[in-house]
Amino acid sequence: MAEAHRRRFLECLAWAGTGLVWTVSGGLPAAALLGAAESLAAPRRPAVQPFTFVQVSDSHIGFNKDPNPDARATLREAVAKIAALPQKPAFILHTGDVSQLSKASEFDDADQILKEAGLPVFHVPGEHDMLDEGQGQAFLERYGQGTLGDGWRSFDRNGVHFVGLVNVKDLQAGGMGHLGEPQLAWLAKDLAPLSASTPVVVYTHIPLWTIYREWGWGTDDAARALGLLKRFGSVTVLNGHIHQIIQKTEGNITFQTARSTAFPQPAPGQGPAPGPLKVPAGRLREALGVRTLSVAPGAHPLSLADAALA
Amino acid sequence: MLQTLLRRAAPALLAAVALISLAAAAPAPQGAQVTIGNFTFGPAVLTVAPGTTVTWLNGDDIPHTIVADDKRAFRSKVLDSGDRFAFTFAQPGTYAYFCSIHPHMTGKIVVKAR
Repeated sequence: MAEAHRRRFLECLAWAGTGLVWTVSGGLPAAALLGAAESLAAPRRPAVQPFTFVQVSDSHIGFNKDPNPDARATLREAVAKIAALPQKPAFILHTGDVSQLSKASEFDDADQILKEAGLPVFHVPGEHDMLDEGQGQAFLERYGQGTLGDGWRSFDRNGVHFVGLVNVKDLQAGGMGHLGEPQLAWLAKDLAPLSASTPVVVYTHIPLWTIYREWGWGTDDAARALGLLKRFGSVTVLNGHIHQIIQKTEGNITFQTARSTAFPQPAPGQGPAPGPLKVPAGRLREALGVRTLSVAPGAHPLSLADAALA
Repeated sequence: MLQTLLRRAAPALLAAVALISLAAAAPAPQGAQVTIGNFTFGPAVLTVAPGTTVTWLNGDDIPHTIVADDKRAFRSKVLDSGDRFAFTFAQPGTYAYFCSIHPHMTGKIVVKAR
């Protein structure tokens, strides 16, 4: 079965570059996880009901340099794509760097554009959203309603548990992304009552697996969070930060980094630095996009589709 | 070890060091310069005499910051492309710093009498 899954995964990867990528998230059939003892003691949970949601990332409102003179225009196009989806999504997860410099005017413009999708938006901050005088206070005041600590939160939807983590706060010299003790302690408590068959979706800004340490593309204490998540049969980790699609499966945890709506970045280690990748104007929209996730009952409750802007 | 010492000595340093920071985009004063390019501080280690004003220039097309490792001795606002930050180092010592947006970017200012 593992082999069949792998083959299916590789077939899906073959579609990369066409603008639409279908993948299947990792996971075990719920039935396989419930031993006799556990099924007796297992906490009750609602059955998974079908729905869809959307991930938008790295809008960098305020960015206006090569290769994208207007990051507002490309976010607007992304939102138009969401509004045109045949099935109305339940909500948008924005995985950070909604602004370029944490200016009020940038947040205002982003809100104005995202509002056109007519959907609730759950935000986690990127490092670009922490650049105000209060080092993230402006972001928290705007988007932090219902969150704890530095802006982390969890909620349930149709039998799926969602966890938004903040890994851009108070970064240390020489380090990468960072979750910190208070957030990890909260996460342990948050996950504790859940049955192992509950599908979990984690969304955050910086990847929770180290994609390229030299560029800071990872989270120093991610192993602690993943340790808490590994007992679950289906975990999907959605993040942004690196402005390109990279996928990895480790046990039952599938890592999915998303495209930006503003500009692409180079593949890990390709070139001297992780700055904006200069692509010809006619090719920019092929490198930007949004992601739709579909939830359905079954062994692999989450599937996702990445759609480029062009 | 040095970092630990620096951290311990931070309150004293804070009091001792003259806090002269100029607004972003101000003209570069007399002194030494560190230029940011390709997510790198150049030079990564700069040695200056006490009293020297060091100016950082962001030559990248992405914003950066200049923050002392102890986060207290000095801290710039966000520097957009072409923006500058200046700080005068009055006391001898080694001052490690980083970019708080991209913490893998690190540098040092070594202040000692010539």
